[in-house]
This record gives sequence, structure tokens and C-alpha cells, in this order.
Amino acid sequence: MLWETVRLAVQAIFRNALRSFLTVLGIVIGVGAVIAMVTVGQGSTEQVTADVEKLGTNMLMVMPGQDAMEGGPVGTAIQLFDIRMNDLLEEELSVIDVSAPLSMGRARAVFGNENRRTDVVGTDNRYFTAAQWEVERGRLFDVTELQSGKPVCVIGETVREDLFGTSDPVGEEIRIQNLSCEVIGLLKSKGASTFGSDQDDFVIMPIRTFQRRIAGNTDVSMFIVSVRDGVDTERAKTQVEAVMRDIRRIGRGEEDDFTVMDMKQLATMLSGITGILTGLLSAVAAVSLLVGGIGIMNIMLVSVTERTREIGIRLAIGAQAWQVLLQFLVEAIILSLFGGLIGIVIGLGMGLLGANMLSIPFRPDPQIVLLAFAFSAAVGVIFGFFPARRAARLNPIDALRRE
Amino acid sequence: MVDQTDKSDALIQLRNISRVYGMGEAQVKALDGINLDIHKGEFVAIMGPSGSGKSTAMNVVGCLDVPTDGTYHFNGVEVAHLTQDQRALLRRHYLGFIFQGYNLLPRTSALQNVELPLIYKGMGRAERHAAATDALAKVGLAHRAHHDPSELSGGQQQRVAIARALAGNPEVILADEPTGNLDTKLSAEIMEVLQRLNEDEGLTIVMVTHEADMAAFAQRLIWMVDGQIERDSPTSKAA
Repeated sequence: MLWETVRLAVQAIFRNALRSFLTVLGIVIGVGAVIAMVTVGQGSTEQVTADVEKLGTNMLMVMPGQDAMEGGPVGTAIQLFDIRMNDLLEEELSVIDVSAPLSMGRARAVFGNENRRTDVVGTDNRYFTAAQWEVERGRLFDVTELQSGKPVCVIGETVREDLFGTSDPVGEEIRIQNLSCEVIGLLKSKGASTFGSDQDDFVIMPIRTFQRRIAGNTDVSMFIVSVRDGVDTERAKTQVEAVMRDIRRIGRGEEDDFTVMDMKQLATMLSGITGILTGLLSAVAAVSLLVGGIGIMNIMLVSVTERTREIGIRLAIGAQAWQVLLQFLVEAIILSLFGGLIGIVIGLGMGLLGANMLSIPFRPDPQIVLLAFAFSAAVGVIFGFFPARRAARLNPIDALRRE
Repeated sequence: MVDQTDKSDALIQLRNISRVYGMGEAQVKALDGINLDIHKGEFVAIMGPSGSGKSTAMNVVGCLDVPTDGTYHFNGVEVAHLTQDQRALLRRHYLGFIFQGYNLLPRTSALQNVELPLIYKGMGRAERHAAATDALAKVGLAHRAHHDPSELSGGQQQRVAIARALAGNPEVILADEPTGNLDTKLSAEIMEVLQRLNEDEGLTIVMVTHEADMAAFAQRLIWMVDGQIERDSPTSKAA
């Protein structure tokens, strides 16, 4: 009986194929939009997390000033960092694997006829450990180069591509401002970050070289701290803050004149933002599911009116009220399930397209797909019930008399 | 229990049946205390002017409508006050309907139309198919089983409707002006089919008509006026 009902419903739906399709369009769009949103949202969340992990989730950034997010030290009152502070910090804390001092500036790197404006970073080998850089070709700095501040540098993939094209950069001399500098190594590419910035666009040299020959001072812009494996970043952060207060001789009750940023925090924050966006967009899409449901109810009511005579015939030849109810309910459910299925296919397609366009991973969520399917069935039940009940309550004599 | 003594072996037995529509001043007595016995194997025609209550009588007999008052025994069982769903079951298993407007499902093949009541009877696909084909053969339409109603003539459509009524193997066939939409020649064809079913298969038929020619195919004629049976007599066929 149920099977017959389903078969009958499918027949009725295909008898009016165009109208059926237009009826379920709302559901198609609703389900499609929700699935596309969630798919792209999850892909970008994953991308953000992966990017931050590439930066190192066990990494802390220590910067002078309080408003680090707004771009480094503000005003002149803030005491900048120096190498001594970095080494004290590293020495003091066992939870720290390494702490690397970092000085940065922007400069033009020149090789032959090629040049590129890039980030110039002064640091030491600890930075490569902390930020998880690997050597693609050549080597990192040796002790003499670091101590005496020799003009040598390690470059990123973007700089290599711009200046050297296809030739091997190792052993070549590039010029940065008026410093001639030997390329001793090339780092493995990390690609673009979530924020769209190129992570491979830099030249790194020993911090002494940078301070003396490029910056002309002994300032350090920030420390990159790598927390020992198995140590909670949050705990390490608190300890770093305490030690930094000691090092910088900040009295009780005084505010920190530095900021410690946690990469995990950053990751959580960023994926939180994508999560909220996904949620909002999905909510908007869900509204169209509701509208789609009302569309189905509307058409089912029309269908009941149109088929009054059919209902009369069925009742006359012995259909019970529940059987008529079931027939129209099943029809509404199948209709919206069709819509849901088409929506799922379209949503996944859009998700794939979006993921490709944004170059983020394609992450369809089976749970959401299942939920969308269940939701469209629910829409069918809820919005199909009223018309179905109206059909079931018809009086067979009146129904048969209707033209 | 009072009417127990009065009970005959009739298949259909109406006692003091009345059917009143509306309330108060606007009350209309469509049926006014009808008594009627119809026995198994009878072919009864009900005639009467418009508004005489013949269609209402048909609806009550067919359990599509409930009488306001009186008792109705079908096969010895009181059925006047069954619930809607119980009446549906009664129609499903014991009654077959033929309507003036054929009332076939559009865009549904003749065979599927005939199968419809069998679906509600819970018959399996193969069995259903066989029974429907058989019923179509009885009305001479086996060769048109896969045509839609729109591809069939009026007479053929009505024969499909007869097959549908037959397929469920009912005790009684109720025909409400079965030839109302057909010309004389096709009408005669339909009546011959009904007559044959009555004579060969012993099927009980109750038919409402306003054409004396059609009523002449029955064995018994009931003439109704103003919700009452004015005359109940055998036709010339019965003799």
C-alpha cells in the first residue's frame, strides 16, 4: 500500500513536471545555498587553521607596545626590545624551546637587472626553528657569520623567482640598499597565507648584519618564541608575560608595555569569524527553505482543489480518509525530497566551484547533507499536512459533484 | 432490535429511511420514510422527476451518505450509523459504483483505473493485474487496456468504469444515470453489458435513470416522487 502510494505520488509529480520543478525551486535554492555556504565555510576554516599551523600553533609573538595588532610600537615612550632581552627570556624559561629576535624593514633587493621590494629580516638560526622554515637549497647561517655580522642572506621563493628566474641563486651576490650580500640558502615555499599575503617574500640576514648595515641601530622588532612540545601554549604565554615584566622592570600595578600573541588564539579567532559568517549566510539560506515550504503548501492546496474529483472517486471506491491523507502527504514529502536532492547536488557543485575559485580545500560535510535531506523531508511533512488533511476531509458526494 | 422481526432475507433493506438537509425553516426532506427491499440478483431501476430523492436514495444505499433517520441493513448488518471509515470499508468490499460522468482518473490507463479499487483492497500487483484484465475483458475492452480515458470514446469510458466497479467483485453495483452522457446507441450498449452481468453473473444492480428506455432493461422499477416511493412494480422484462 505504501509502495503504491509512493509510486502514485511520483506519477502525479511527473505528470506536472514543470510545475513540480517550479514548486520545489525554493527548496532547491534553500538547500543548495546552505550546503554551498557550509562547504565553502568549512573549507576556509580548515584553510585558516592550516595556515596558522604552518606558522606554528606552538608559536608566540612578543612585541613591544600594547596595541600590537595595530602595527608595532606607538609613540616614543615605549622602550624597544634588544637581543639581550631575547636571550634572557630564552634562558629563564624551560617551557621555551627557542626564542628568536627579529628586526624587520622594507628594502629593494637587486640582482643584475632584476629587482624587488621585499621584507628584509634580521634574525638568527633560532627563527628558522621557531617559524618552522626548511631549507630548499644551500644552508643556514654559521656561527662566525652570525657573530661577526657577515653580509650573507637566505631568501624566500618569491624573491628567488623574481631575481633569479631559472638560475641557481646560491653563491650569487645580491644588493640590498648599499650592502652586497651573498645568498647562502633558499627556503622551502610556504605559499600564500589565508590573509592573501605572500609568505615567501623576504630576505633574511644575520641580525647583527641587519642592525649595522641596514637599520643602523640595535633595536629588535619582536621575539618569535617556540614553545616546547607538549607544553600548553596558554601556560607558556602566562610565564612569558611574567618573565618579560621582570626583564623590562615593570612594577606592580603597572601595565605591560609589550604584547604576547598566541597563534592558537589567532587561529581560533579567525576560524571563529569564518564560523559566524557561515552561520549567518546559512541562516539567510534557511529562510529560503521556509519560503520553499510555503510554496509547496500553496501548490499542494491547488492540487487538492484540482483533484477534488479524483479524491471523490477514491473515497467512493473505498479509500479511507487516512489513505487519502497519506497520498497527499507522501506526494508533498517526495516533492520536497526531490527538491532537497537537487539542492544537495547543486550545493555541492557550487561548493566545489567556490572552493576552486578561492583555492581552499573542498570539504563537503556529510552531516549537513544529511541534515538538509532530513530538513526537506520535514518541510514536506509540515507544509504537506494541511493540504493533505483538507483532501482527506472531503465529503465523497460533494467531491464527485465538483467539476 | 425492534426491526428484528421485520427482517427479511433481503440484501438491501431500508426501513423508514429519511434524509433531511438543512435546519429549521430551510429544511428539505430529500427522503421521507422510505421502505425498500432489494434481493440478491435483482436489477432495479429507480426513476422519478428531478428532486424526487432518487439520487439521495442511491447515495444512502451506496453508503456515501447517512440517513437522518431509519435503519439500513446490508446483508443483515445494520449500516446506517457506521463511521465514515467503516462505510469506506463497506464500499471497498461490497459495492461498485458507476457514475454518469464516468469519473475515471485522467492520464491513467484503463487498466490502472480498473486496478484502483483493488489497490485499496490490498491485492498484490500480479493478482490485481489479472483481475483488472479479466474485468476489462468482461466489458469487451481487453484490447484497450493501455489507453488513457482521453483516447477512448464515451461508451468505452463508461465500460471501463463498469469494469472498475466489477473488478472488486462487489455484491451490488450502483449505477447513477450511467447512460446520461451517451447517445441512444451507446446507451443501449452499456445497458446490454449491465443486463448481461445481471443475468450471467447474478450481479445485483441498482440503477438511477430518468430514461424509461433504460429502465426497461431492469426487472423492477421504483418510481419516486417527493422523497417517497410512489410505485414499485416489475417491468415488462420481469415477466
